[in-house]
Amino acid sequence: MSTTTETPTLPSGETGRAGRRRAVQQFSDRAKAERRLGWWLAGPAFVVMLAVTAYPILQAMYDSLFSYRLTAPDERAFVGLANYGVVLTDVVWWRDLGVTLLITVVTVVVELILGFALALVMHKALKAVRGWLRTAILVPYGIITVVSAFAWFYMFDINSGFVNTWFNWVPGISPDLNWFAGTWTSLFVIMASEIWKTTPFISLLLLAGLAQVPDELTEAAEVDGATWWQRMQRVILPNMKAAIMVAVLFRALDAFRIFDNVFIMTNGAFNTEVLSLLAYRTSIGRLEIGLGSAVSVLLFVCVLLICFIAIKLFKVDLASQRGGK
Amino acid sequence: MPRDGNRPRYRRGTARAGAVVLALGATLLAGCSTEEGPPTLTWYINPDAGGQAAIAEKCTEAAGGEYRIETSLLPNEAASQREQLARRLAAGDSSLDIMSLDPPFIPELAEPGFLAPVPDTVAQRTTQNVVEGALTGATWKDKLVAVPFWANTQLLWYRKSVAEAAGLDMSKPVTWQQLIDAAAKEDKYLGVQGQRGESMTVWLNALVESAGGHILENPEAKADQIQLGLASKAGTEAAQVISTIGKDGLGGPGLPTQDENNSMTLFQGDKGSFMVNWPFVWPATNAAVEDGTLDPSLLKDIGWTLYPRMNEGEQSAPPLGGINLGVGAASKHPDLAYAAIECIVSPENQAEYFITNGNPPSNTEAYKDPRIKESFPMADTIRESLELSAPRPQTVFYNEVSTSLQQNFAPPDQVDPAITPQETSDFIVSVLRGENLL
Repeated sequence: MSTTTETPTLPSGETGRAGRRRAVQQFSDRAKAERRLGWWLAGPAFVVMLAVTAYPILQAMYDSLFSYRLTAPDERAFVGLANYGVVLTDVVWWRDLGVTLLITVVTVVVELILGFALALVMHKALKAVRGWLRTAILVPYGIITVVSAFAWFYMFDINSGFVNTWFNWVPGISPDLNWFAGTWTSLFVIMASEIWKTTPFISLLLLAGLAQVPDELTEAAEVDGATWWQRMQRVILPNMKAAIMVAVLFRALDAFRIFDNVFIMTNGAFNTEVLSLLAYRTSIGRLEIGLGSAVSVLLFVCVLLICFIAIKLFKVDLASQRGGK
Repeated sequence: MPRDGNRPRYRRGTARAGAVVLALGATLLAGCSTEEGPPTLTWYINPDAGGQAAIAEKCTEAAGGEYRIETSLLPNEAASQREQLARRLAAGDSSLDIMSLDPPFIPELAEPGFLAPVPDTVAQRTTQNVVEGALTGATWKDKLVAVPFWANTQLLWYRKSVAEAAGLDMSKPVTWQQLIDAAAKEDKYLGVQGQRGESMTVWLNALVESAGGHILENPEAKADQIQLGLASKAGTEAAQVISTIGKDGLGGPGLPTQDENNSMTLFQGDKGSFMVNWPFVWPATNAAVEDGTLDPSLLKDIGWTLYPRMNEGEQSAPPLGGINLGVGAASKHPDLAYAAIECIVSPENQAEYFITNGNPPSNTEAYKDPRIKESFPMADTIRESLELSAPRPQTVFYNEVSTSLQQNFAPPDQVDPAITPQETSDFIVSVLRGENLL
């Protein structure tokens, strides 16, 4: 259903009040009824969204202005923006922000490259194996993150893992290597697990973009003598820019909120803590509702910033899957 | 118009759907309101080998229809158990009739009045013959706020062959320095818990207490008045032990992520020598031998004694753990809950629980059960250790204190005896004052 097809176009030269009146008149006919139906259909979902997202967000903003510990309800006191001051002047916040950004950038870049390669394989695969191939590639994405986090943890764990024995021949890996006792080794496993789990998602989005590139364009380029790389660079990639940007935005937002892998594998030890874990530990672990809410609100602001950068600066059009608009 | 024609049908549909919802709701409400039989008490238990559920069944039978105990399982980790209970208690959840509580978290729940007061008669009856440490863990501001159920303590477990080769006489008390020297000399690993977790606080507290100090000098004080005893001779000595084991690699490569289970596996292996750990290692090792995963000769090579000392001639203060039972302030049946608790903590049930689940009784009477000696030849040592044991700081801010200690003392090889105790003290003070994130 689309109301845009019903939007009347004014005859050329007709402007001013009369034109507007006519537009309103025409708009109020069938399109108006459709609009009403649209509201009836989307309204309940909208109300539910407000109840489950807007309300907690506003509550968190309100709570963040108080010094409030769940186990000391009588000592609740208004402190204004002091909680934000504590968070933003603490090295822990900036360290965690750095770790979160690092994980986001590295995983999204690697996932984009791997995901594109997988999308190409799926796109070009023979019809007979296409279904099997897609299923095989999608399996990791179907696994619950906590389960995959445990699987990767036990794989690399010094006591129960097999990685140290299997890859003993690789320089730097020995049976005595404790992956989760160092920042970089821990981050490597955390990011590898994240990449393994979510590359299928990105490849699926890219496959959808790839499928929308008209074959005539690539064929025409081929006839003109363009090499594979030239066709990729000049025809395919520009035509699926929107799909790529949507994939990057979705994954960046997802990766920025990473929690499960870090929680299971290191619980933030060895400087691997991310912002979601800090928010969790402060609100749920310490039961400091005020301070924890401030961390959550700041995390929310970071997510908004990422959205803003993607949509305004990189001009991601969420309504379109086609590039070259 | 067709749309108008549709409207009444839409309305009829809505009315019909509304009627179904109402009828369904009424049925559900009716289901809730008609509670038949005796009142049900919900007991939130920490995961075990089924022992608490068995006791619940036994006590339900013994109640003769006065009440029924249902168990509800809490998460695996002590910290997660605390999170769930604290949130439910703060929200006034009336289903929290009986709760299995880890002692360090009791002050935090007792201070805001989340726990129903223990009736004097119950307090009197359930504290007879109970080991001192368990009583301390159940008390807040000189008042009993929970009922001691089982009490845990760590022993020093050793491989007789290694001790003999190192020339250590294990019939006499040994010090940490002797263990460090012996492990270094024999090229073996010491089983300690170096992970950034609660086990690190347990280890550090035992070391500080054994050296005659306390992590907190006034644990009952308010956040801005708490004084730390970590930057002291005792704190420095404790940091020295942790640092030496970490820096000299005596805990093995797995030390920075090692918890109690990992240290047990290390101890059972070829490089095992000495280990401080809870008594669960004995039934676990026996089970592994029965399953054929461990050599039967290992059992004969394992010995046990009291927790190592910090200084020669000074008694050690072994770690104290266990579970106390509390009643939620919002419970609808606090009297019945306390009646049920009296049944649960009876010496017979405690003895049975020890035999079946390996969790030692807090009541000394229970140790008289002859079956205990058969299953746990080290029962006397456990009881002696319980009498010597020192609880972790009983403070409302235990979570902050413990997490700060873990962050500063793990991994062990990063501990500097000259700096870490003072830095940790300063950090805890600033966190408690709300000046720092944790």
